[in-house]
Amino acid sequence: MARFQRPAEGTWTEHYPRLGTGPVSFEDSISPEFYALEREAIFERTWLNVGRLEQLPRNGSYFTKDLPGVRKSVLVSRDTEGHVRAFHNVCRHRGNRLVWEGTPRGESSGNARQFVCKYHGWRYGLDGACTYVHQKSEFFDLKQHELGLAPIHCDTWAGFIFVNLAAEPRQTLSEYLGPMVGSLEGYPFDQMTERYSFRAENDSNWKVFIDAFQEYYHVPPLHTHQLGPTPEAQNPEYEFEGAHYAIDGPHRMVTTSGTYKHNWPAEHLYPAEALSRSGSTGPWDAPDLGDSLPGVNPSGISRWGIDNFQVFPNLEILIYERNWFITYRYWPTSHNTHVFEGDLHFVPAKTARQRLANEYAAVTFKEYALQDCGTLDGTQMGLEQRAFGEFPLNDQEILVRHFHKTVGEWVDAHRCERGVSTR
Amino acid sequence: MSDALLPSEFADLEPWAATWSLATEPERWERRMQSSMAELQAFYDALFPRAEDAIAYCDGFVLDDMPEDAERLLQLLHSLLMVSYAVEVWKQPEVVHCGSARIDRILEPRP
Repeated sequence: MARFQRPAEGTWTEHYPRLGTGPVSFEDSISPEFYALEREAIFERTWLNVGRLEQLPRNGSYFTKDLPGVRKSVLVSRDTEGHVRAFHNVCRHRGNRLVWEGTPRGESSGNARQFVCKYHGWRYGLDGACTYVHQKSEFFDLKQHELGLAPIHCDTWAGFIFVNLAAEPRQTLSEYLGPMVGSLEGYPFDQMTERYSFRAENDSNWKVFIDAFQEYYHVPPLHTHQLGPTPEAQNPEYEFEGAHYAIDGPHRMVTTSGTYKHNWPAEHLYPAEALSRSGSTGPWDAPDLGDSLPGVNPSGISRWGIDNFQVFPNLEILIYERNWFITYRYWPTSHNTHVFEGDLHFVPAKTARQRLANEYAAVTFKEYALQDCGTLDGTQMGLEQRAFGEFPLNDQEILVRHFHKTVGEWVDAHRCERGVSTR
Repeated sequence: MSDALLPSEFADLEPWAATWSLATEPERWERRMQSSMAELQAFYDALFPRAEDAIAYCDGFVLDDMPEDAERLLQLLHSLLMVSYAVEVWKQPEVVHCGSARIDRILEPRP
């Protein structure tokens, strides 16, 4: 018996007939050839989230962001007029990586009036213009005003900074994000400036990990301990049901109901949950953000818990009923490896008690995310064994189905444009 | 002159401060992974009954301007939460079913 209203078709998948209901191939997650195309078709054409405006608190603030899959480092700065700009992090003179600390392989951030190349001392303003060439008279026909940094298309939405590596993006950021993701525009992301950042290098295709975080079918069997210490909570055969699913262009989302552990009696809680008044769904004593939270709980369910927005290709925004949010980003490094970034965002704690509540949520995140990471190389190795060509997906896995279909369509379109035969 | 690391009200926790008053999650995580379950249980058993009083004590200060001894007490509470998963949930220092996975916390607020 369904606990939540379903579409007239009876299932979420059949509500989007283009998706079909047949078994799905994951060849896209094990093929080096597909990965090479995917890099061009997706990562060099879509809008990619590289950070948040809070990372550029004042004019002159900058940070660098590695995009390992496309072998690029991006320099993002706020210029003297407050505009956010992005450049290839490469000196115009001899191609040296321009801004770095410690090692050119690492990311860095700070405040600057100008960027100075460590190699030959060329300087650039925050707007990317070349402002100084050492021993300029030694060069031949040098047109300094033409030797600025190479700009990258950059725009912001709801405080999220995006770049697009295409020479001319086909859609503006706003057009690309569309109405479903765009509905979150007014959510108070900017109030949640207390950040816990996590990073992992995983032995799987990037999509295999995204798949783990876009269905909850796996939660009762894999995260058996998550709900609480009692035998009835630790039931691997518990039947999960998503409350609402939606698809908009390449993007997708799922809403789940909440556990509302803040209302549970102590005997059903882990002692540290009761002590910290916090856990997997965040601090129980949620900060007051007012009554109206734009964009969340779009289907209006009564015990709303989480909205899970999957922004194509590699950004996930998880908004929790307790007024905090998480972002995940997945950066492919080869066909079977990727870098995972998870950032937890809270309204800043004012007291030690609030800090401990945020800390316990952050500790809990890592414990269960390690279980998700732990199964990854097993999935990757299993898929690479090619024992099966296609795999059955259930209605709760509709977002997995949509994601792989979308990736396939982008890659096919790219193949056609390049004049490469698709089959 | 006292060599105490913690506020005098928490003198009973003093033996734990040298080991578990750790400022960052990577340090607390490593300490948990290098400890036996007997060590983790002993720390948990000593801290937990005092935790509510310790939180109340720390709440007497502005979070960004705590005296060093109170900050070390708050660090002990952070370690208690770190250890709680081993004691209450997994019954071992490592996460159950985590395979060879590793996740690093690379940014966090202080204290």
